[in-house]
Amino acid sequence: MSKTITIDPITRLEGHGKITIILDDKGDVERAFFQIPELRGFEAFCVGRPAEDMPQITSRICGVCPSAHHMAGTKALDSLFKVEPTPTAKTIRELFYNLFMFEDHTIHFYYLGGPDFIVGPDAPAGKRNILGVIEKVGVDVAKQVITIRKRCRDIMAEIGGKTIHPVLGLPGGVAKRVSVETRDTIKTFAADAIEFAKFTLQAFDDIVLKNKDYVDLILSDTYYHQTYYMGMVDENNKVNFYDGKIRIVDPEGNPIELFAPDEYADIFAEHVEDWSYIKFPYLRKIGWKGFIDGVNSGLVRVAPLARLNAADGMATPFAQQEYERMYATVGGKPCHNTLAYHWARLIEILYAAERIKELVDSEELSSPDTRNMNLLTPKEGIGIVEAPRGTLIHHYESDERGVLTGVNLMVATLFNSAPICMSVEKAAKKLIKGGNVNDGLLNMVEMAFRAYDPCFSCATHSIMGEMPLNISFQDRYGKKLGSMKRDSYGKETASWK
Amino acid sequence: MAKPKVAFYWCASCGGCGETVVDLADKILDVVAAVDIILWPIAMDFKYKDIRAMEDGSIAVSFINGAVRTEEQKEIAELLRKKSGLVVAFGSCSSLGGIPALANLTSKKKIFERSYLKSPTVVNPEGVVPKTKSKVDGYELALPEFYESVYKLNDVIDVDYYLPGCPPTPDLIVNAVNAILEGKLPPKGAILSPDKSLCNSCDRNESKPEDVAISEIKRVIDVEIDPEKCFLAQGIICMGPATRDGCGASCINGNMPCTGCFGPTDSCKDQGAKMIGTLGAILEGDEEETIDKALDGLVDPAGTFYRYGLSASMLGSARKEEEDE
Repeated sequence: MSKTITIDPITRLEGHGKITIILDDKGDVERAFFQIPELRGFEAFCVGRPAEDMPQITSRICGVCPSAHHMAGTKALDSLFKVEPTPTAKTIRELFYNLFMFEDHTIHFYYLGGPDFIVGPDAPAGKRNILGVIEKVGVDVAKQVITIRKRCRDIMAEIGGKTIHPVLGLPGGVAKRVSVETRDTIKTFAADAIEFAKFTLQAFDDIVLKNKDYVDLILSDTYYHQTYYMGMVDENNKVNFYDGKIRIVDPEGNPIELFAPDEYADIFAEHVEDWSYIKFPYLRKIGWKGFIDGVNSGLVRVAPLARLNAADGMATPFAQQEYERMYATVGGKPCHNTLAYHWARLIEILYAAERIKELVDSEELSSPDTRNMNLLTPKEGIGIVEAPRGTLIHHYESDERGVLTGVNLMVATLFNSAPICMSVEKAAKKLIKGGNVNDGLLNMVEMAFRAYDPCFSCATHSIMGEMPLNISFQDRYGKKLGSMKRDSYGKETASWK
Repeated sequence: MAKPKVAFYWCASCGGCGETVVDLADKILDVVAAVDIILWPIAMDFKYKDIRAMEDGSIAVSFINGAVRTEEQKEIAELLRKKSGLVVAFGSCSSLGGIPALANLTSKKKIFERSYLKSPTVVNPEGVVPKTKSKVDGYELALPEFYESVYKLNDVIDVDYYLPGCPPTPDLIVNAVNAILEGKLPPKGAILSPDKSLCNSCDRNESKPEDVAISEIKRVIDVEIDPEKCFLAQGIICMGPATRDGCGASCINGNMPCTGCFGPTDSCKDQGAKMIGTLGAILEGDEEETIDKALDGLVDPAGTFYRYGLSASMLGSARKEEEDE
């Protein structure tokens, strides 16, 4: 008899999440559904709001990556009011944005995704958390992590008013200039941030890459999907988080698209299923083919590994070295190994730190010329940034006063939603054969989506440790067959009827 | 002695209320040492059974953030209420509806239309929209019901205290936790942030003229913002006079006006009405024509005066009554 396995909630993503795995009559995995059981409806309730309020309103889509929405919204305002930000404004924005990427990626490695490697995927479940990380790397390192993050966020608050839901963005500029004192603070921080990023990569090297089991796990078929990849690139086709064109490569690594923000709707379409509140984007010219990978599938992955796959390299020297080293290790580009997202994320931390240093050294930073006030009559605007979790698109339409008449948002979670479903399905297939489920499934399933850094509050999990899971087995008519659960301390129990 | 049990839960929220807990930085270790955290937002659905198995009132305090948008969130809030000695509404969404409650200016139907049918990227010729029960290849999948309106926490359960802000600051969180641990609790229903308006602690208060008088309301996109001067004196709407203190004037430090996320003070129940009153007092002229002109810059009154408070507003109530009929 067929069974349905429900994992509810899955966590560490922006919003609630739920996974349902369908087993066939033999007890092998037939389908997996990644459901988002929540919707807040920003696209509808932002209509009628003044456009300039959007950077602050849309930051409330996600309190973990508010700066991403804030900046995509701000860039959409530039486009809406047809205004070019001043060089100083661009510098401040990109600097602020890289500070954000630095702290956001850092927390993922030490608090969320990293513990699986630092402590170990097969370590006792209760140890696979920040406390286990502290045990492994030492209290001094933990303090370093807390301190560098706090310094970073304090600078962000100085520039943007708040770190959670910043206020700096205005069409054509930013609200506040960067003082000479702040500039000096950032200079000191940037040097330390680069060292911290190198230290983190070294830790990854020592703990993960020197352990053959981990390398095998990263390279295993369990976490492997051939998809298209997307990321923003600068004029040299190097990774950039704040500005540039969007590049897509096919599963062979061949560039197939290089488009400006206002072309996004020609490139992408979204598919709707009645069993999830989330939509499923795909390449319009290929069409919706379902939850499959390969060149004939229109699914495109985003976020760190996708960005590195889609670009020709990193624009800063140390990050470029690490980029080359990663691809030499994983066997060339593009890399389809989902767990390599973790590695790519660390390379991006180093890039962000190096980029902060470049920007803080630029002449414009502390100039009072923070705004271009020459706004034109608004009509339509599109802004794109690379959020930590992937390409983020804000699209606004307005009346001539700038009151919004239409809003379309395509966020990173959307782009990865179908691939996450596939990743979970594949991990489950490797684990569940003939209806046998073992406790290892829990962490393996978690690791399948954790690599993408699904966006949710970091703190909660850092304290509680292991993610609680509840898996219930039922037949296709909803009759309960049994259940298995793991509490927040990693204790697992099963019961069968 | 057993440490007090503390639960965290999140409803319709952005995760910022969790992130602000991380911003406690090293102070979080003190919190963890003092309490036994038995539930975090991420754990909620799983802990149904565990929470149900607990004795009523055995959780010392539950901090609940987010607005109530789905049936599932309401049910869990009710469960936590039963099991907890104290419930604290954590943040703007839980206290007042927050940004998600802007959806009360539209409808479920329009939200679904915009998301699934009329977006420029959606290709949906068959008009598929998410359903609470669906069948895929013969397999049943379920989604929680999406309510018509967004509710604040005390619309669905009794709430003991409120921590305001989008999000609440780490300092306010530490103060609240300490007050609970030390048993130094204010009267039930208290909002755990200073009961005075933001203007009282705003650095720009000194540049606020005795009698602010403005002839027109200006939008931030239309003016160069003076980094020293009171926003209202510049003609820019700043919600400071109608908003509770406690945030450290962070947006104003970013050279942008207050948008009101801390909600009203005790003496005023409707934040928007208070702000409209304030504006009425400072707008020059009494001819209809001059007032209309002055208000040209106010393009979204509801979204401006009730940015975070629609579920608690007179407007919000009116809407819900209409639906009940």
